[in-house]
Amino acid sequence: MDYSIKIGGEAGQGIQTIGDTLAKVFSRYGFHVFTHQDYESRIRGGHNFYQIRFSDAPVMSSRDKTDILIVFDADSLKFHEPEVSEDGHIIYDSAILKQKYSKQKFLDIPFVDLAVQNSKNKIMANTVAIGAVLGMFRLDLGILFELLKETFSKKGEDIVKGNVASAKAGYDFAKNNCSRCNFFIKKTNNKPFILVNGIEAIALGAISSGCKFYSAYPMTPSTGIMNYIADKEAEYNIIVEQAEDEISAINMALGASFAGVRSMTGTSGGGFALMIEGLALAGMTETPVVIALGQRPGPATGFPTRTEQAELQFVLNAAHGEFPRIIFAPGTPEQAFYLTNKAFDISDKYQIPAFILFDQYIADCEWTFKEFDLKRIKYNDYRLRADAFKSLKEYKRHAFTDSGISPFGVPGDAKHLVVTDSDEHDEEGHIVEDAETRIKMIHKRLFKKVPLIKNEIEPPLFYGNPEPEIVLVGWGSTYGIIMESVDRISKNKKIAMLHFSEIYPFPSIEKFDYLKILNNAKISICIENNATGQFAKLVRTETGFDFKNRINKFDGRPFTLDGLVSDINKKVVNTNG
Amino acid sequence: MVNLGDYKGQTPTWCMGCGNFGILSAFKNAMVDLGIEPHQFTIVSGIGQAGKFPHYLKCNTFNGLHGRTLPVATGIRLANHEMLVIAVAGDGDCYGEGGNHLIHAIRRNINVKLFVHNNQIYGLTKGQASPTSMEGMRTKNQPFGVFSEQLNPIALAIALDCSFVARSFAGDMEHLKGIIKEAINHKGFSLVDILQPCVTFNKINTYEWYRKRVYHIEPEYNSSDKSEAFKKAAEWSDKIPIGIIYKNNRQILEERISAIKDTTLVRQVPELSKLQSTIKGFY
Ligand SMILES: Cc1ncc(C[n+]2csc(CCOP(=O)(O)OP(=O)(O)O)c2C)c(N)n1
Ligand code: SF4
Repeated sequence: MDYSIKIGGEAGQGIQTIGDTLAKVFSRYGFHVFTHQDYESRIRGGHNFYQIRFSDAPVMSSRDKTDILIVFDADSLKFHEPEVSEDGHIIYDSAILKQKYSKQKFLDIPFVDLAVQNSKNKIMANTVAIGAVLGMFRLDLGILFELLKETFSKKGEDIVKGNVASAKAGYDFAKNNCSRCNFFIKKTNNKPFILVNGIEAIALGAISSGCKFYSAYPMTPSTGIMNYIADKEAEYNIIVEQAEDEISAINMALGASFAGVRSMTGTSGGGFALMIEGLALAGMTETPVVIALGQRPGPATGFPTRTEQAELQFVLNAAHGEFPRIIFAPGTPEQAFYLTNKAFDISDKYQIPAFILFDQYIADCEWTFKEFDLKRIKYNDYRLRADAFKSLKEYKRHAFTDSGISPFGVPGDAKHLVVTDSDEHDEEGHIVEDAETRIKMIHKRLFKKVPLIKNEIEPPLFYGNPEPEIVLVGWGSTYGIIMESVDRISKNKKIAMLHFSEIYPFPSIEKFDYLKILNNAKISICIENNATGQFAKLVRTETGFDFKNRINKFDGRPFTLDGLVSDINKKVVNTNG
Repeated sequence: MVNLGDYKGQTPTWCMGCGNFGILSAFKNAMVDLGIEPHQFTIVSGIGQAGKFPHYLKCNTFNGLHGRTLPVATGIRLANHEMLVIAVAGDGDCYGEGGNHLIHAIRRNINVKLFVHNNQIYGLTKGQASPTSMEGMRTKNQPFGVFSEQLNPIALAIALDCSFVARSFAGDMEHLKGIIKEAINHKGFSLVDILQPCVTFNKINTYEWYRKRVYHIEPEYNSSDKSEAFKKAAEWSDKIPIGIIYKNNRQILEERISAIKDTTLVRQVPELSKLQSTIKGFY
């Protein structure tokens, strides 16, 4: 079984609440769930949708076909009716749309009337819709009732009761009136899953890594990280400071880091453009900082709420001068959680900036996972503090060492002084102008550290046929879609995926020879959500391997499974013939 | 006990006779008087002649970017609010490149002490006009004279209800030392605008020019009266007042943040035991 539900309407109609609630109900049932959203940069009106896919087997992308379409406005019908599958359903409330539809697919459910009858509150029309969907699937209401209680108990008994009654009314109505409904639901023995999106995973990863300071200026799609951490501020004693601009945000984060706490900032490309001088400052002063960079289509402000993977070359090259950095591009929320932790660890260990390069798509998509394993979280305090710092005879913040890593003392913890400078400096951190020190410092900051950092980088994930003729290569958020494409196509082709999530320093072939796989394949295709093939360029620069085939999508929308499979098939046919 | 010797840093590269020497000396004396040891505070500076200040001293130092002094100082202070954090900037650095940060540091009322070496010119880049250059001043870049209105940092700060606003003069070491001490002892964001002759590039606002004009604010002056403060702030002609111009007791940012009500952020060990229950919230 593998079903998709799509909810379409205007901003402000509660589309997201319906989607989030249904997704949670399914994941608590033990189904695998994948959700994806599409919205415009406005608070009310416009056209938005929320798509949920659930199955008894893992799912990690959205399909083009919809089994149930819930429409709250005429546009949703216009855009999405063609996507409804042969025996699918469209549910709507003729009172909301002010229109009745006679086609077989349509089921008119009085969302508003049922809400008013059962709760005297038309806002609960959304709960009626949720109940109706469960009624169509004949999934019992127990889990939804629990969830409604958890969500609304703060608002009082009446609200809970009204919601429960509304859900029940929607459920009964759909069950009794959907004569064409014959969904097959395979019960699973799975335990409930957690349901997490990319943003939450990054924020949670930061908190789990002991991040104590987060400063940022709001910009989609990174704002959610600030919101999430701010929500946990009191519980975990974290300071979240909304800076006056991105320049300030990164400089504040560097200040806090210099003072001795783990710190982070988050932004999108436009904001990152402002942070770049600060990035170089992190490089020169060897101050650790984690930067969550949420890509969205550019140039300039582009498509504010849509998705693109077009900032890789920017992040690779951003800032003047030469210094090490790491860039992780998680492919799933689960990877985002663990990689954020790894970013904090490496950043602190080597005193360098670290990026979590994500995009709007992975930010908003929710996936089901087994509970995250906190034992895998690494937390080492690399700073020199208190007694350890006091007991040193001599201290120099930028001392030359074999590893290139200088001791990073917490200012004020000892009589030793911690001095650093954005100008070239000596071991103590004071300004210098001489050539010899400059050379030694570059050896220390760059040449000595890079091989050590490279060693920490894991190879790409290989999935599919062990001797593939077709290799699909992707990075970051395209993970799920490429993996499912491999599954589909593998029925009649030898196909595999190479997915890169630790992308800079570029993984060496020592741990795993992915180049051999690429060279042995008949067709290798680099799949990216951008126009110019930025990752393909990186691969060529780092390995010399040149992709002859690329699939690039740059309409601001993510790949869909069916769309990508068809694109891949076309490439394969063209290349063969 | 600390003494002046404890504060001896690198040899300054400033021009002979530069006003920065007076500020350096007054600062060291103030620290010795206050009994503050070099490791007990951090100076954040930007870029410019003034930005080099901490290198000619001994203390914890973050010498960052042009104009970005206050955000770094804010980050340091929030991470460790038991540390005295001082920001040192030039007028170009703080009122030009970093103007936005000044406004917001004052609004936040973070307990950081800002000392602006105001020489009314860009020193390090060799003599362009700064936001505080007087209208009409000619430079290589402004051959017809400065067209823009001279920025009045004192009035700006009072308008923003800055917690402590003072002016002093690099040629009056005793006065300057006193003001530095008052600024440090004040609880709240403190701006001290220090008139600093640049003997190389500013041929108008010389020691002599300032000496003829500056006067100590009368002892009976009430620095908590905002409208009086605006009047003082407006004086920039034959008579230029130096001293504490405005003061208030606004609550500081650090005291409003619950995360640090018991101890500083740097002293806190991450509390990871609660994570399991946070993750449970995703079911
Ligand atoms: C982003 C940036 N822009 C410009 C400069 C060049 N720059 C260095 S110092 C300075 C102005 C210095 O004037 P001021 O801040 O008044 O300090 P002073 O040298 O007079 O003490 C400028 C423009 C720089 N270092 N960084
Ligand atoms: S140029 Fe001016 S400000 Fe700079 S050191 Fe010389 S006198 Fe001082």
